[in-house]
Amino acid sequence: MNDLPLSGLTVLEFSQYLSGPSAGLRLADLGARVIKIERPGTGDACRRLSIKNLWVGDDSLLFHTINRNKESFTADIKSPDDIAIIHRLIERADVLTHNFRPGVMEGAGLDYASVRAVNPRLVYAAISGYGKEGPWKDLPGQDLLLQSMSGLAYTTGNEMDHPMPFGLSIADSLCGAQLVQGILAALIRRQKTGEGGLIEISMMESLLDFQFEFLTTYHTSGLLPQRSKYSNGNPLLSAPYGIYEAADGYIAIAMVNIPRLARVIDAAALEKHSQEQAFSHRDEIKKIISEHLAGQPVKYWLEKLHAADMWAMQVLDWKGLMEEEGYQRLDMEQVIAAGERENIITTRCPIRVNGQKIKSGRPAPLLGQDRDSIVREFLK
Amino acid sequence: MGPLQDMIVIDFSQFLSGPSAGLRLADLGARVIKIERPGTGDICRQLYVSDVMIEGESTIFHAINRNKQSYAADLKKEEDLEKVKKLIRQADIVLHNFRPGVMERIGLGYETVRQLNPRIIYGEVNGYGHEGPWRGLPGQDLLVQSLSGLAWLSNNRDQRPTPMGVAVVDILAGTHLTQGILATLYRRGIDGQSALVQVSMLESVLDFQFEALTCFFNDGRQLPVRSRISNGNAYVPAPYGIYKTRDGYLSLAMNDVPSLGRLLGCPALEVYSDSSLWFDKRDEIKEVLSMHLLTRGVDEWLSMLQPADIWCAKVLNYDQLMRETGYKMLNMELKVTTSNGLSIKTTRCPIRIDGQMVFSETGAPLLGEHNERIDTEFRLMS
Repeated sequence: MNDLPLSGLTVLEFSQYLSGPSAGLRLADLGARVIKIERPGTGDACRRLSIKNLWVGDDSLLFHTINRNKESFTADIKSPDDIAIIHRLIERADVLTHNFRPGVMEGAGLDYASVRAVNPRLVYAAISGYGKEGPWKDLPGQDLLLQSMSGLAYTTGNEMDHPMPFGLSIADSLCGAQLVQGILAALIRRQKTGEGGLIEISMMESLLDFQFEFLTTYHTSGLLPQRSKYSNGNPLLSAPYGIYEAADGYIAIAMVNIPRLARVIDAAALEKHSQEQAFSHRDEIKKIISEHLAGQPVKYWLEKLHAADMWAMQVLDWKGLMEEEGYQRLDMEQVIAAGERENIITTRCPIRVNGQKIKSGRPAPLLGQDRDSIVREFLK
Repeated sequence: MGPLQDMIVIDFSQFLSGPSAGLRLADLGARVIKIERPGTGDICRQLYVSDVMIEGESTIFHAINRNKQSYAADLKKEEDLEKVKKLIRQADIVLHNFRPGVMERIGLGYETVRQLNPRIIYGEVNGYGHEGPWRGLPGQDLLVQSLSGLAWLSNNRDQRPTPMGVAVVDILAGTHLTQGILATLYRRGIDGQSALVQVSMLESVLDFQFEALTCFFNDGRQLPVRSRISNGNAYVPAPYGIYKTRDGYLSLAMNDVPSLGRLLGCPALEVYSDSSLWFDKRDEIKEVLSMHLLTRGVDEWLSMLQPADIWCAKVLNYDQLMRETGYKMLNMELKVTTSNGLSIKTTRCPIRIDGQMVFSETGAPLLGEHNERIDTEFRLMS
């Protein structure tokens, strides 16, 4: 697509790691030009953070995953000369993002008030861990720690398990996604008012928002959410909601009516339970279902459940998923042509516009790779 | 006044994915009108969770649908459909999360709606995309989690696949839908054109796994292996995870293992000076750590670690969280009131604009509460 919705916009990304850069990636995929402003010599610390020791040239595959489709401009925010250049970029930019701890951008003279004086049309978007004030403001905004402090660790796993984190960086991902929402809303407002704006989100607020159904229920009942003893799928929900072991694999069953389920899977032991007991007796009900489903393979149960239009699905790992036509038809993978370096495969933007998938084969930048051309372009 | 002031959203969606997008648009200043079936409305009105309800209604319905209006219309009736079409002519955004084909059958597919209103931004969420063998399957959070491989990332190695205990797919899909709607609204401000924005829950949850999936695609397609104990992320070295202490739980993120050993008085950890071992021997390291951490309470450990800038935290439940000054200062709670005087405590929009938090105090609407007002205001009767 060459008419992507955000084409013509320029974003200066002072962010590192995942939260802010994932916002930059989404803006880039939607058509914006994203220029990473990186510290000379080292750059975004994520360049050196590898998982499974996978590298693309000198940078980690992880960095490439998050920073494809961007440019890189090296500048030292402690150097007055570089700050002067950054001001020239800011004059012509539409959006600035950062995820430094509170005080860092202020120390560099790049706080919102100063930047607005340079460009009043700029949308300035900042992510913090825990907000700008209060006793937590200087704590590291790290995903697992935020999950732990926000109560989220008591939603996953079974009753007798330790508190259990989500195995992915939910706070980073969600906060970055919400930052994009705030930025775009401010850009829409700018079309009417001509003024930029300040968008701020903390990862803690993102995670509290994420749990809004839980927190509203908690505020109403005063009771902590309880994970079920077996097959917990969501502490708020009644039996059978969860994943069960069949003879040869696993099966997920969502909200279904208990007496109907008893008939469909032919579980006599379940017949004594009414739908009204689905929450109050959920451990007992889940135990009966577990024992019953263990006797036959996944396919056997799915055929019965699907024939009755019940909400159930096989549990797949990635290999199983990728063998499925349903996955292949999504065309979710894309190849990034990393120049002289090897090609890498990653996922594409999940949003379709006018029926078109959005793909971009452009790799992540080498550190400072666009500095000269940007200097020529912006400082001429 | 929010940034989306004067924008009108006609929201046909139910449950969580679409309505959570509507809620965000509402909090950003748009006027969101839910189109609901007379008699029952959004099925979520009756989705009681945890046997908790607010005057006969579901707590989660109130959480998801505050700050919206309700217009009851039977889309199978010609008369009602015509009114809704008139409404759409005056709107900016249409939202729905029906299975593929349903809106077309009703006569409100994108092509038709675009004829009615050439500036419309039309957003839809479905389960698995609108092509392929899964398109007719129910787009339900747990089921999409299960299909997507996500269930193999949380919990420990010897445990069964474990879903994330919050409706993460619904929420991410709703978030992505909002992004697409706002991006195309921005473009509409330049070119005046309508747009179709589509998000599927499966694509959203694959996007959520993008770091781990990219690793999988490029490492010879090795499946993730969760650590045997205290798994925090299948791809991150020890000590990343949650540990039991004598009196509570301690969370440890990426940290230098020998330093941790010195600070905690656990010499057995000091031998792991080669950082590549922190992944390869993560189970061994986590085993040592988990035994050692049982010997003292969580606050004692924190007092040893925090001054040294170790990335650690106490694991809190909601009771504990809400006693913390750090939580209170976020001012995250919001009290909303419905038109019949019912008051509900929920959470506010997490986005701050120009230093201001968004506190909209309007509760969720009664079914059809705004029919009369909307009929008059948008001249739907003639």
